Amino acid sequence: MVEILKRSKPLSVNPLKSSQTIGAALAFLGLERTIPMLHGSQGCTAFGKVFFVRHFREPIPLQTTAMDQISTVMGSDENVTEGLATICAKSAPAIIGLPTTGLSETQGSDVRLGIKAFRDAHPEFSSTEVVAVDTPDFTGCLETGYAKAVLAVIEALVVPAPQAVEANRINILVGAHLTPGDIEAVKDMAELFGLKPVVIPDLSTSLDGHLAGRDFNPLTTGGTALDDIRHAGTAKATLVIGRHLAAAADMLAAKTGLADYRFDHLLGLDAVDAFVHALAVISGRSAPEKLKRQRSQLQDAMLDTHFMIGQARLALAGDPDQVKALADLSAAMGAEVVACVVPARADVLNDLPVDVVKIGDLEDLETMGRDAGVELVIGNSHCVQSAERLGVPVLRAGFPQFDFVGGFRRTWMGYAGTRDALFDIANLMLSTEKGEVHPHTSIYAQTAEKREGDDGHYPASPRSGLRH
Amino acid sequence: MKPQDIAQLLDEPACGHNQKSKSGCARPKPGASAGGCAFDGAQIALLPIADVAHIVHGPIACAGSSWDNRGTRSSGPTLWRTGMTTDLTEQDVIMGRSEKRLFHSIKQAISEHNPVAVFVYNTCVPALIGDDVEAVCKEAASRWGVPVVPVDGAGFYGTKNLGNRIAGEAMVKYVIGTREPDPVPDHAQREGIRVHDISLIGEYNIAGELWHVTPLLDELGLRILGTLSGDTRFRDVQTIHRAEVNMMVCSKAMLNVARKLKEKYDTPWFEGSFYGTSDVSQALRKFAEIIDDDSLTARTEALIEREEVLLDERLKPWRDRLKGKRVLLYTGGVKSWSVVAALQDLGLEVVATGTKKSTEEDKARIRDLMGDDALMIEDGNPRALLDTVAKLKADILIAGGRNMYTALKARVPFLDINQEREFAYAGYEGMVELARQLALSLESPIWDAVRKPAPWDISSDVVLGCGEGGMSHG
Repeated sequence: MVEILKRSKPLSVNPLKSSQTIGAALAFLGLERTIPMLHGSQGCTAFGKVFFVRHFREPIPLQTTAMDQISTVMGSDENVTEGLATICAKSAPAIIGLPTTGLSETQGSDVRLGIKAFRDAHPEFSSTEVVAVDTPDFTGCLETGYAKAVLAVIEALVVPAPQAVEANRINILVGAHLTPGDIEAVKDMAELFGLKPVVIPDLSTSLDGHLAGRDFNPLTTGGTALDDIRHAGTAKATLVIGRHLAAAADMLAAKTGLADYRFDHLLGLDAVDAFVHALAVISGRSAPEKLKRQRSQLQDAMLDTHFMIGQARLALAGDPDQVKALADLSAAMGAEVVACVVPARADVLNDLPVDVVKIGDLEDLETMGRDAGVELVIGNSHCVQSAERLGVPVLRAGFPQFDFVGGFRRTWMGYAGTRDALFDIANLMLSTEKGEVHPHTSIYAQTAEKREGDDGHYPASPRSGLRH
Repeated sequence: MKPQDIAQLLDEPACGHNQKSKSGCARPKPGASAGGCAFDGAQIALLPIADVAHIVHGPIACAGSSWDNRGTRSSGPTLWRTGMTTDLTEQDVIMGRSEKRLFHSIKQAISEHNPVAVFVYNTCVPALIGDDVEAVCKEAASRWGVPVVPVDGAGFYGTKNLGNRIAGEAMVKYVIGTREPDPVPDHAQREGIRVHDISLIGEYNIAGELWHVTPLLDELGLRILGTLSGDTRFRDVQTIHRAEVNMMVCSKAMLNVARKLKEKYDTPWFEGSFYGTSDVSQALRKFAEIIDDDSLTARTEALIEREEVLLDERLKPWRDRLKGKRVLLYTGGVKSWSVVAALQDLGLEVVATGTKKSTEEDKARIRDLMGDDALMIEDGNPRALLDTVAKLKADILIAGGRNMYTALKARVPFLDINQEREFAYAGYEGMVELARQLALSLESPIWDAVRKPAPWDISSDVVLGCGEGGMSHG
C-alpha cells in the first residue's frame, strides 16, 4: 500500500507544478486551426507562451483577454466578448479554447455569459466553435487542466450517437504524458492493424516540430480536425491512454455509446502488450511481424540492461500519470524508486508501485533523494539543478524541457520507445561508475608509485635496473 | 496598490514618452495583445539580486511557468535561482488563509536559506482578495530581523513596463539609502587613481555581458556600488544613493529610479548603452565628464583609444565577411538606434528599424544614423514583420526572442538581441561576439536546404513573404 504524504510546509521551493490553465492550453494546441485564449491578465498568457515556446521550440498561438485593473474590478465578461470577436475577425479559427485563470475565477467572471453575448452580437462568426473550461491555478496541475479541456471539447463538440460506423476508424484519447513522438508511435501501431486512428488531441501533427509550407500561421498548423471530433461516434471503438482522462472517456462513452479500452500509459512490455492486444481484438487481425520484431527487441534490451537498472535507486518527479508510467517501468526492471514527488493529488497515486509518494516540490525530491542515496533523477529540466546538487545524472522527462533540444518529441512509449528509454537509463547508470572498486595500495607494497594528485617524487632504487 | 499610486507611476516626467498619448501604455486589447504583465516586469527587474530570497505570493501559474528561466548571471550566490512561491490553494483563497501562509513562508525561507533579505512579489489573486502584503512583510521583518520588502506589482495593474517601475519604486522606498558603502579596501587602491563610485540602472547582466565591461571600469577606478540589478547583492543596492553618477543602461523602464535619486540625493544621471563601439566609448566618456576628474578623463581617453584600435584590428576579418548584408532590426527604445550604430560599424546595412517603444528623441537619432528617409516600423506583428523582411530583401532579422521561431518558420536567418539571448554583446568584447554570431547565421549552409522543394515533389511550393514571388535568397 502506497503512503501518500501531503504538502507539509507553507512555502513551495523549486516548484514542480505547472498550472491547470496552461495544461488546458496544451490540450487545445492539439486541435487543428485552433488558438487558446486565456481569460486572465496578459502575464498569464505571456508566461504560458514562453513556457511552451522554450519547450517545443516553436511559435505558439496563444492569446489573452488582457484583464486590466478596470475590468478586474468592474467585470471582465466584456473582455471575453471582445477578445473572441477580435480573434475571429483576424484569423477565423475553427476552435477557440477559453481556459480561465486564478484571476478570472477569483473575480467570479462568467465566461459562458461572455460567450453568449459574443454569439448574440456576432452571428457572422458562428462557424467558430468556442470551448470554455474552468481551470484556476489554485487547484490541480498541468495534467488536470489538460484533462478538463479534453472533457470540455468532447462535451461541447462531439455529436451524440447514433451515427453510421466508419470502417476501421478508432478514437484514441491521449493524456498530457504523451509526447508528439509517443502519439506518432501509437498511431503507427494502430495503422499496422489496418485501423484508422483519430487521436484527440493530436500534438503529433501540430507541435511535432515541422516546417510548414506557409511562412506564418496565427493558428495551430495541425492537430485533430474539428469534423473528426464531431464524428467521434462513427468509430468502432475508443482507446484511452492516461488515467487522468477518465472523466473525458466517460463523457465520450456516454455520448457515443462506444466501448472503450483504457490504459494508464504505454511504457514497458506489459503495458504495450495490453494495448497491442486490444488493437488485435478491435481489428480482428493478428499482430503484424513488425510489432513482433519490436517486442523481441524490447525483451532483448531488458536482458541487456537489467544489470545496470536492477536495484538502481531512482528519483521520479512529474505529474501523476507521468510518474505512474516511469514507476511501472522501474518496477518491471527491478529498480527501486527511492524518491517520488508529484505536484497534486490524483486517484492513480494509490496504484503506484512505490512505498511513498510525496505531494510536493523539487526541494522535497532533493531531500528524499539525498536521504535515500539516489543514483539517477528522472524529471523535467528544473530537476537539473537538483541533480547537480545531489551529484547524480538526470534523464529529462515531462514539462518543461528548456535546456535540451528534442526532448519535447522523444518517443518513450511503445516497444521501440521503451527499448530506447531502457538504453538511456542504463547508460546514465553506467556513467555513475556504480560498483567501481577504487585501487588499494597495500601497506606492504614494495614499489611506491606516483599517482594522480601526488606531488611526491619517487626515484628508482639504484638496484632496480639490475633485475630483469 | 491604489489606483492613484499606479497613475503616479505611469506619469514619468523624465520619460520622452510622457508627452504622447501612449504615455503609461495604452489599455491592452483583448484577443490581440502580447507581452508580459506588471508582475513579470517587477520580477525580472529584481530577480538578478543574487543573495535575496524571492518569494512569489500567489497560486502556481505566476512562479510555476516562470522560475529559473532568466538569462541573467551571478558571479556568486545562486539563491536567486531557487524558485519560491506560496503556491496558494483553493482553501487559502476561500478561507482567507493566504496571509498566514505568506507569513510562515517568509519564516521558512529565512530559517532554511538564511538570505540577507526577502522580497515578496504580490500577484493578481492575493491582490484581488485583499491580502495586506505590506503589513505581513513589516511584521515578518520585525519578528525575524531580516529585511522583508513588498513588491506590489500584481499582473492586472498593467504592463511589464509598469512592473519595472513598481520594482524600482520599491527599491527607492525600502532599500536604497539603508546602508553606507564600505570604504575602498587598501589592496584595491592604486597610486594616482582616485576611486569614484557609480551605479548602473537597468543593466541585467544577460549572458554575463556586464563582465565585458566591468574590467574596464575597474581599470579606470570606477567602483560600481550597485546595479539594478545585474550580478548585484542586497547590500550593494542599499548603497546606490552614494553614487556620484547613475547610468541608465539601455532602458527607460526604470527612469523613475534615476529621477528620484536625483531628487532625493542630487545624483546626476545619463542614458547610455554598452552596445556598439561608439556607444561604449561614449558611456565611458560620459562618466568622466560628469565626475569631472582630469586624471580620470585622461585615463579614459587613453583606454578608449587603446581598445578601439585593438577592436578595429579584431573586427577586420569579420567586416569583410559581413559587408553589405542587409539587416532588418526590430527592437525597441534605445536599442533602436544604439544597435544600428553597432551594426553599421560592422559594415552591415540596416534597411529598417523598429520604433515601437522609441521616443521622438530616439527617432531623431535614428535619422542621424540612417538618413532622413530611414524606414521605421511601428507595428511589429509577425505577419507585417515577415512581409517587410521580404519587401526589403533583408538577409537577416534581428529582434527579440519572441520573434525567433516566427522568423525561423519563414526560413529567415535570425539573431536574438533581447533579454532571452544566450550571448553577450556588451562592451568592446561583445562586438566580436556579435560579429561571430551574425556570420554564423548568415553564412550557414542550411538556408538553401530549408527553402528548396523536394526534387520528387513539384507540388510542394513553399509560400514565403507576402505572395510577391518569394523571398530573397540573399
